[in-house]
Amino acid sequence: MSKIKVVHYINNFFAGIGGEEMAHVGVERRVGPAGPGLGLAAALGDEFEIVSTLVCGDNYFGEHTADAVAELLGYIRADQPQLFIAGPAFNAGRYGFACGTICKAVADDLAIPVLTAMYPENPGADAFKKHMIIIETRNSAADMRAAIPKMAACAKKLAHGEEIGSPQEEGYIERGIRVNYFAEKRGSERAVELLVQKMRGEQPVSEYPLPVIDRVEAAPAVKDIRKCKIAVVTSGGIVPTGNPDRIESSSASKYGKYSLEGMERMDKKDFLSIHGGYDRTFILENPNLVIPLDVLRDLVKEGEIGEIAEYFITTTGTGTSTGNAKKFGEDFAPKLKADGVDAVLLTST
Amino acid sequence: MVKEIDRVGIPVVHMCTVVPISLTIGANRIVPATAIPYPLGDPHLSADEDKALRRKMVEKALVALQTEVSEQTVFEV
Repeated sequence: MSKIKVVHYINNFFAGIGGEEMAHVGVERRVGPAGPGLGLAAALGDEFEIVSTLVCGDNYFGEHTADAVAELLGYIRADQPQLFIAGPAFNAGRYGFACGTICKAVADDLAIPVLTAMYPENPGADAFKKHMIIIETRNSAADMRAAIPKMAACAKKLAHGEEIGSPQEEGYIERGIRVNYFAEKRGSERAVELLVQKMRGEQPVSEYPLPVIDRVEAAPAVKDIRKCKIAVVTSGGIVPTGNPDRIESSSASKYGKYSLEGMERMDKKDFLSIHGGYDRTFILENPNLVIPLDVLRDLVKEGEIGEIAEYFITTTGTGTSTGNAKKFGEDFAPKLKADGVDAVLLTST
Repeated sequence: MVKEIDRVGIPVVHMCTVVPISLTIGANRIVPATAIPYPLGDPHLSADEDKALRRKMVEKALVALQTEVSEQTVFEV
């Protein structure tokens, strides 16, 4: 019986090429397993064969992602594997991004099972956990010994088309996918059991876990507010009359940045709300209810604050995915920083 | 958006009506707003009172911005 062909992806470091100083190297194909692939091959056993190991520098992948993916896909198509494995990336962010990106590309292009592994806080984990199974590892390569058997066990199941159990059973990062199954006990019994556990002060495990949302440390407080430049950002859908950038009234895909120069207050002649998630009656009459320009101008005149940014940033909050909101923030926050903004008021309706 | 602002090191205060949502998404400095269709101020008041309320809320936001926080903090107006 022919063996199940596997292609394995690793970075410059794990290929033994070098660390940061070699992260610029491009794509390379090696025959057979290499680096962590040696352990992986042993754990997968005789039924599998790692036919090739693809290597790419993390910086090259990050800076020339489309080229790297195209080159890698070329090699992978030629090798015709039945399974693709990348990593483990542990807590290496660029490597995690590369593993997730190439796994997704392979799954989309070749329609074969893919698998990677990384630390849950690796940014690649959040970005790709919905698209593939990512075996959970600890944050450093010291965990290799524990990671490889978990990857191999899951890889075998994937290759054989066997059912993959829950994240807890298989050791992968929760993907936010609900699976129907037949429980042995009916719902009322399970509910009462959970309640009793809770009343006993035990730690009941919910059947309906809520998504975990990442946390960010608060930025340090401002030292002297009288010298600060303050900017206003809103999710309240305030836009200049005519909505020049056509920001959506719901499920926004973009944000806008509009001038406040020469304005003493938000005039209803100049601005309106296109937000589809609340009754706009009051705000159409007085947009200062969302962008408090009238008050901010007074505070500047009185010397209570240094100055205000002569623009506001705006989008529609309703129905907008947290993914999009994050993307907007990632885009404009560095621009605020570059513009010397010291503090932000973010208003939501 | 709030978190991405904090992430680059700019203190940000989230002025919003539904504080539990703000807490869930992870805002660190929160000032509760008046109502969803009119967060800052109150159009049922006279124009002067409305503006005075808005000022009070913005001033509270300024206090929040000048306060070091180690955990999510709600600054009641």
